[in-house]
Amino acid sequence: MTLALPAGPAPAPRRQLFVGTALIGLAGTALIGGMLAVWLLQRQQVVDAGARFPEKFIIPEVATNVMLMTIYALCLFAQWAVYSAHRQDRTHTGAALGLVFVLGLAFINAQAFVYSQMGMVLAESGYATLFYALTGVMIAMVIIGLIFTAVTAFRALGGRDWQLELVSAHALYWYFAAAAYSAVWFVVYVTK
Amino acid sequence: MDQTGAGVHPDNSLLSDGPIGRSAGAVADWLTSSDHKKIGRLFTGFGLLGMALVAVIGALLQLEDIIDSDSFSGPTLRAFGQLHHFGLVLMVLAPLTVGLSLAVVPMQVGARSIAFARSAQFGFVSWFLGAVLTAVAVINGGGIGGSDSDMVDLSLASMALMSIGLCAVAVSIATTVLTSRAPGMTMRRVPFFSWSALIQSLAILITLPVLLGLVVYLFVDHRHTARVFGGSEAFGVWIPRFFSAPIVYIFAIPALGVFAEAVPVAFGRRHPLRQVVFAGLALVGIGGFSAVTMQNDFPVDFSGVGADIISELVVMAFFVGLPLLGVIVTLFASLLVAKPTGGPSPKPRLVSPLLFGLVSLLLIALGAIVGVLLQIVDLELSNSNAATGSVVLVALAGALGAIGGLAFWSPKLSGRSGDEKKVAPLALLGGLGTLLAGAPMVLTGISGTQSSLMSTLSLVGYALIVLTVLAYVAAMRSAPRDGGLNPWCAHTIEWSLASPAPADNYSAVPVLRSAEPELDQTSEGSPS
Repeated sequence: MTLALPAGPAPAPRRQLFVGTALIGLAGTALIGGMLAVWLLQRQQVVDAGARFPEKFIIPEVATNVMLMTIYALCLFAQWAVYSAHRQDRTHTGAALGLVFVLGLAFINAQAFVYSQMGMVLAESGYATLFYALTGVMIAMVIIGLIFTAVTAFRALGGRDWQLELVSAHALYWYFAAAAYSAVWFVVYVTK
Repeated sequence: MDQTGAGVHPDNSLLSDGPIGRSAGAVADWLTSSDHKKIGRLFTGFGLLGMALVAVIGALLQLEDIIDSDSFSGPTLRAFGQLHHFGLVLMVLAPLTVGLSLAVVPMQVGARSIAFARSAQFGFVSWFLGAVLTAVAVINGGGIGGSDSDMVDLSLASMALMSIGLCAVAVSIATTVLTSRAPGMTMRRVPFFSWSALIQSLAILITLPVLLGLVVYLFVDHRHTARVFGGSEAFGVWIPRFFSAPIVYIFAIPALGVFAEAVPVAFGRRHPLRQVVFAGLALVGIGGFSAVTMQNDFPVDFSGVGADIISELVVMAFFVGLPLLGVIVTLFASLLVAKPTGGPSPKPRLVSPLLFGLVSLLLIALGAIVGVLLQIVDLELSNSNAATGSVVLVALAGALGAIGGLAFWSPKLSGRSGDEKKVAPLALLGGLGTLLAGAPMVLTGISGTQSSLMSTLSLVGYALIVLTVLAYVAAMRSAPRDGGLNPWCAHTIEWSLASPAPADNYSAVPVLRSAEPELDQTSEGSPS
């Protein structure tokens, strides 16, 4: 191979994973934002027609509030993992990532509880369509986050280096997920 | 073995016994390779195929208008119409421009590989499956207004698949530009084409997820109740807006990047005001924000009250006017390189990338002007053929720009350099075809009457597009594999690579001291 220019040292990594996660967060924000916009539009049409939104379902607000606190706590533990990884503390990194995983599962469990308490059948109402589509996408984001957590744990705890960037990117993902759920919580569960 | 993991998969060597085994091995090699050039070429190859097929469909639709018969049944016409409209954007323009970016950007920024190569590979597979399934579903009664419920669901799911695939590729491209540049390549020194790819990727990442969310709603609704959004007919209210002006402009941004890249090469000079070109390309990306608002209509009613007109004009100018301004700024800012600097006026070399880029940019500008006219309520164009004409102009023009890019970087991608006498005229042929395909639709929309003359002109235009694609492929296939190191005397770093470029691009990453490192090697001037 002919090089017209003098070779230099290999470029230092510039947080490729972190930037990639931020871009995925941008896409996730557009996804949830767009879905909330459609939700608000449909809600406006129902309200303008003089109907109630939601028609007859009662949202278990305690569970939804707990979900909000859960995902905030999850971010806290994800950041704890970053802090521990910086200090090369394998025990605390593992504990933090384990707690993130458990809280993620708890979030999904709480969403399943909300589904069962509301008792909506998908084919019975238009509200159910919107509700299951929007919260289903949110659950999908959390499941992706759980996979991310599992991969991070395997690589950070089982690898020879500390994967600081991976752990940081993992925390960033959960910050985006928390922001997305905050918006969902406010629009779907608070303003209804 | 290269260090990036790109290139031939070792397991594929098991398939290389006999002609069938060799063919299967080659297919497996291409489908499993993480070499960004191969993934990009897969995108562009299928994009060219899609361009020919969509042009054939467009020609058939025009033929139906001309002979004014019922040769096609209603469902067939509906299927052809949708394949033409969605195909122009998702199966022609998007794969060509995204694939070109994928193939070229890592080389241009001095990276050894694309960021998240497997994600890019997944993106291609996802897009390809989505495109095939969309075609299958629409032809078999799916799509907007489709009669077969399962096929309607399939068409929605496959559209989601395409969106996810393109988003995955966009993340790879944007991350590569933002993080994997060679030492010395500041953002101010990023090549024009890579900048346009970055803008397009960011625009895709704010646009297609919105479409994805909408498709999820429509899918759940159609699958279970069809109460909120209505049946498949109601999809026509929601989905087409993502494939109309101004959103469609974001898929054509790399075509403008090809023009901006080709102008300084044609003049053999450094660009004096690179940042203005950057600004022009970024302005076009504003079209993506209209997707966030989930609408493509920003109507201005000049028969209304003065204050209302101003507020409507401001909104329209932001979402539709700024992208048009971006195209114009890119054109004139790029041409600043031709400004005399004391000596004799520089004369450009009329190389094929310049011709393709110029024709592409002018036609995109025409489409964008029509896009502005569509917003003027008094003209009553928004639901006319003019809207389709605008999309045809922008999509085919963007595809032409991407073909120009393929011709430009062909030595690095395939080792071939097409015969300029064969390739350069194709820019004019393709430009004429695009103009004839799209402009009659615009004129029909303005006049409000359908005439067989206009349909005939469109038919001829589509035929010329098919001819252009076939002739381009033939010209490149017949070109010898001795593309040369830098046949265009281009300025950017990728031209220091061997032709074709090795799987892992740079064995030793160079350090840049200017935006035009290859030009620094000549006597043209000192680094900028």
